Amino acid sequence: MDTPIIRGTGLAMRFGARTLFHDVDFTVDAGEVFVILGGSGCGKSTLLRILVGLQPPTAGRAELLGSDMYGSSQDIRTRIGVMFQSGALFGSMTLLENVMLPLEMHTDLPPAARASIARMKLGLVGLGDATRLKPAEISGGMAKRAAIARALALDPPLLFLDEPSAGLDPITSAGLDALILDLRRDLGTTFVVVTHELASILAIADRCIMLDKTAQGVIATGDPKQLGETSDNPTVRAFFRREVLMSEGKEQR
Amino acid sequence: MSEARLSLGERDDGPRITLAGPLDAAGAGAVWTKSIAAASKLRGRTLAVDISGISRCDTAGATLLLDMEAAGGGPLALIGATEEITALIARVRATRMPQPPPAKAPALTWRETIIHGLSAATEGIAFLGETAVALVMLPARMRMFRRQDLWTAADAAGVRAVPLVMLLGVLIGLILAFQSLIPMRRFGADIYVASLVAIGLVRELGPLLAAVILSGRSGSAFAAEIGTMKVNQEVDALTTMGLDPVTMLVLPRVLAGIAVMPALTIVLDFSGLLGMALVLVGDGIPLTAIGNQVAYWVQPSDFYGALAKSAVFGAAVAAIGCRAGLSTGVGPQAVGVSATAAVVGGIVGSIVLDGIFALIFFRLGI
Repeated sequence: MDTPIIRGTGLAMRFGARTLFHDVDFTVDAGEVFVILGGSGCGKSTLLRILVGLQPPTAGRAELLGSDMYGSSQDIRTRIGVMFQSGALFGSMTLLENVMLPLEMHTDLPPAARASIARMKLGLVGLGDATRLKPAEISGGMAKRAAIARALALDPPLLFLDEPSAGLDPITSAGLDALILDLRRDLGTTFVVVTHELASILAIADRCIMLDKTAQGVIATGDPKQLGETSDNPTVRAFFRREVLMSEGKEQR
Repeated sequence: MSEARLSLGERDDGPRITLAGPLDAAGAGAVWTKSIAAASKLRGRTLAVDISGISRCDTAGATLLLDMEAAGGGPLALIGATEEITALIARVRATRMPQPPPAKAPALTWRETIIHGLSAATEGIAFLGETAVALVMLPARMRMFRRQDLWTAADAAGVRAVPLVMLLGVLIGLILAFQSLIPMRRFGADIYVASLVAIGLVRELGPLLAAVILSGRSGSAFAAEIGTMKVNQEVDALTTMGLDPVTMLVLPRVLAGIAVMPALTIVLDFSGLLGMALVLVGDGIPLTAIGNQVAYWVQPSDFYGALAKSAVFGAAVAAIGCRAGLSTGVGPQAVGVSATAAVVGGIVGSIVLDGIFALIFFRLGI
């Protein structure tokens, strides 16, 4: 069996006396769409920040592509792409310039080649006709697509997406889900997606882990299409069945 | 608009509070404080509340009744409650959670204050070190250095500041000349106003005022620009792309600060001298005499020392502004807080540095 592309071992995050999560173990295999899910405030985005190297964990180890994220050189950063929840496009640049930036910084390609590749990436996400627009001139869904194009600029084998569907209408959100599946199929990219949008999770995820604020850690791992039926955990069942979780652990439709 | 009414009475079975009129959000306010106070006074006794006279009750009215119950320390004995009101009270009661006492921010002890201060100073020094390292590493990271950002920052901080610097320079020169002229005239030393103002401007006020202007105009702008990028996760995006935010965002602005400050200082000096000359010429002192005084008393070392000083002020103001931006937290006030910190830090930093320069120049006899 292949070595996992990501291995999280005993990951913990504490803020002072407050524990967000602890003992988080998981692996992500190459070519998977792996979803980190859970309710608000359970630490999904923090786990993502740990995995992309923006925040060291309080304890544990995050291995990406065979290297320790916090013990290796910066080179690993050129092998991952990140799409932030807001898109985080540079407002002073056009979409084309945004996508060209990683190519400009990390390659010796001539400007014409960079522009050509950037146009291709924007075309890949359906923004081939918006290359000259600035982030302020496009919609939220377009901004997320452009951010994916920028994250794909260097053809990384691993792409992290933070809440790709947040704030989008169901049609745009479904379009983004389809884009993720297309990119996985066409480029073989591995996706780690943080989301709590049930429809998206069921549409794209091969496997998932579910974090829970009360349990301060992982309460479920596996195929999301089955977790709602097979899990013994009432929170997991309530999440997948869109039920109200009663305080004493009973569920109610 | 009708309001609820409150009356207190004593019955055979004990005291009774009677509420009447509309017990809703619009009407309950009139009796709220009195009702709670009355319930508190009856603490320990059966709290009988007659609401048979109320014309309407909404969640605000139910909340008042439950607050009275809490103040009275026991269950309410409601008289005249309809089924709807009883159900409404039950619904509101179900939503009420025991409230923990408001957490008071603990007052900082002297020790904690000192630790906070030292920690902030350490972070500041670490940032300066990081900036210095980025400057040294610049030849190896030239592709991360955006020249366009340097020109843009230099244009915004320097060229566009010239009219303001000239205006303030002329005004400062005018004011200093006017203020000095009267006492100096008593000693028949009108002509020395020129040397007095010139030395003060060139050695101290020029660099310092230019630093204050740079801090107010550009330090805050740097903090707001970078702070907004931080809030929009653009700084995180740079980091995840393997790009150094200090090289990409801080260095162009710091270098722009170093480049434009001496120029702004020269503009301010000459504007100030012009303002001073206007006053003295108006007072009948020939322009040639003023020029001679300035040329005689202001040494080249004064001028060059001030320029060196202003370059350091420029670097400090820009670095403080950028650091404030990179330290931006979360929430709607974060960018404003950073901009304020940049201005205050820039001004304080410039004055502290000026003090250090004064000491060095004194020791060197400059």
